[in-house]
Amino acid sequence: MNALNLAIADGITITKRNVLKIKRAPDLLGGVVMLPIVFVLLFAYVFGSMISVPGMSYQEYLIPGIFVVTIVQSAQITGYTLTQDLQKGIFDRFRTLPMAPTAVLTGQTLADLLTNFTSVVVMALVGLLVGWRVHSSPAEVVLGFLVLLLFAYAFSWVTATVALALRTPEVFNNIATLMSFPLVFLSNAFVDSARLPGPLQVVADWNPVSTLVQAARVLFGNTDPALPAPDTWPLQHPVAASLLWTALLLVVFVPLATRLYKKAVSR
Amino acid sequence: MSPAIMAEGLVKKYGDVVALDGMNLSVPEGTVLGLLGPNGAGKTTTVRILTTLLRPDAGRATVAGCDVVRDAARLRSRIGASGQYAAVDEHLTGAENLEMIGRLHHLGTERSRRRARELLERFDLTDAADRPVRGYSGGMRRRLDLAGALVADAPVLFLDEPTTGLDPRARAALWDVIAELVAGGTTVLLTTQYLEEADRLADRIAVVDHGHVIALGTADELKARIGGDRIELTVTSSRDLETVRRALAPLAAGDVQTDATALQVTIPVSNGAASLTTALGHLAAERVTVRDAGLRRPTLDEVFLTLTGHQATDHTEKETAR
Ligand SMILES: Nc1ncnc2c1ncn2[C@@H]1O[C@H](COP(=O)(O)OP(=O)(O)OP(=O)(O)O)[C@@H](O)[C@H]1O
Ligand SMILES: [Mg+2]
Repeated sequence: MNALNLAIADGITITKRNVLKIKRAPDLLGGVVMLPIVFVLLFAYVFGSMISVPGMSYQEYLIPGIFVVTIVQSAQITGYTLTQDLQKGIFDRFRTLPMAPTAVLTGQTLADLLTNFTSVVVMALVGLLVGWRVHSSPAEVVLGFLVLLLFAYAFSWVTATVALALRTPEVFNNIATLMSFPLVFLSNAFVDSARLPGPLQVVADWNPVSTLVQAARVLFGNTDPALPAPDTWPLQHPVAASLLWTALLLVVFVPLATRLYKKAVSR
Repeated sequence: MSPAIMAEGLVKKYGDVVALDGMNLSVPEGTVLGLLGPNGAGKTTTVRILTTLLRPDAGRATVAGCDVVRDAARLRSRIGASGQYAAVDEHLTGAENLEMIGRLHHLGTERSRRRARELLERFDLTDAADRPVRGYSGGMRRRLDLAGALVADAPVLFLDEPTTGLDPRARAALWDVIAELVAGGTTVLLTTQYLEEADRLADRIAVVDHGHVIALGTADELKARIGGDRIELTVTSSRDLETVRRALAPLAAGDVQTDATALQVTIPVSNGAASLTTALGHLAAERVTVRDAGLRRPTLDEVFLTLTGHQATDHTEKETAR
């Protein structure tokens, strides 16, 4: 087998392993199914009743933001699972096998892409139940989900990198939560970023989460016509900018995570 | 023919701790080498270097003709390994664990599945095959991990303390498996804390202390150096201790040791059971009442005392659980 076929075959084997694992680990599966449901219901009803967006239902405005917040959270499963595996001896087993070393990380991130896909489906269904509707062509809707999932995949590599640098599940959980808070809340996910005070508004305008939320709103037809048009490039071209962010994250974090993996397991 | 496992001057340091200090090994194809040594001697470190889990700081080593550093990828396709701590996936079932290993050895789905079933049967895990490993006992995990080392039928096998945590039946079964593999031409390096086990399984034994080999030979050669078997006698009164010592001195092949609190005398002898019969005859003539008498192999402690002049003390603070 040549190196590429080997990497693909081993990647598939490890993906299957991780999918089985998620199916059997109630805490992870709970995260994949429960988190989206809770997020949609919580934000749609609690915040939805307090905040009003002119010209449309707040649900429609809010749901794309919740999609993005949930996938950013779900991508942390990648890092969390890696730190758990690091505590056990299973990586020692893998490293004495004639497998492609990259398969551990590609298999992990691909399995998490599948779970993220499940999360997105659950969210969409719950969203439809609480009144979310799309107002765009089927092709745009499909593209919307695609852009979300691609970003989620890239973000899995970010959390993998953090996890491999920190190594223990407890430390990882703390740091990952600390990191995801500003990403999620200093964005336009829940409020129009124009309402934020000056410096925070700049952060929110350039935050990749805002870009992705805007892309989802545009592609699902959930933009608010009453709001003024955004004045930064990523928010004016959110789909292209989201794909650029995705590519950038992959280019930076795939090699970084791979290097850290080698370092973490050879101690 | 070049040896299946060869190590020359391996050095490994962890900060200030010198784990390996000039480890040399040579294991001919189709033979079993037992690495025998106390806690912290460097057995696991040696195995981890030879299975490409660690890089040596100095020295070189080859396994099945592949260099452990430069040729690591090729090396891995020629070995099976089971570490000191079971490396199994908690969430997968026993069968899924072994199938995964088979697929990662690129045996193909069908062969991996068949091989998994064979090995589960072999290690008496058929009933537990489809249960997640999370619910396995320690000994069951250990057996599954050992089965994992055998999936690929590799020509060279590394087993780090393979029988630790196994009940007597599982231990005997493993000994049979190893004997069978070696008869088929497999080369095995195993580590153990028990002289008896090394004696039973290994063609040659390397006694390791402070990161290098301090004695090497067949079990018989080593035993000859450390004075063969021991007669252990327990008497009923401390007054008899001196009588026993005097009466049996002619039989002793080394220092006779007496333990006044346990009322025990230990006499190294060279003729095994024959010596024991003679000894009991002498004692009957002296009218000493013997409460317990037996013949036993030297313990690891005694081997160490003889070979190094110091007791086999644990020179680490290392805990056994990870
Ligand atoms: N990861 C590590 N970090 C620091 N020191 C280590 C590490 N691994 C091993 N050592 C040290 O290296 C030495 C050799 O350890 P090793 O595990 O090879 O011993 P061993 O012969 O396998 O002992 P045991 O019978 O307890 O398994 C010990 O002094 C140990 O403390
Ligand atoms: Mg050890």
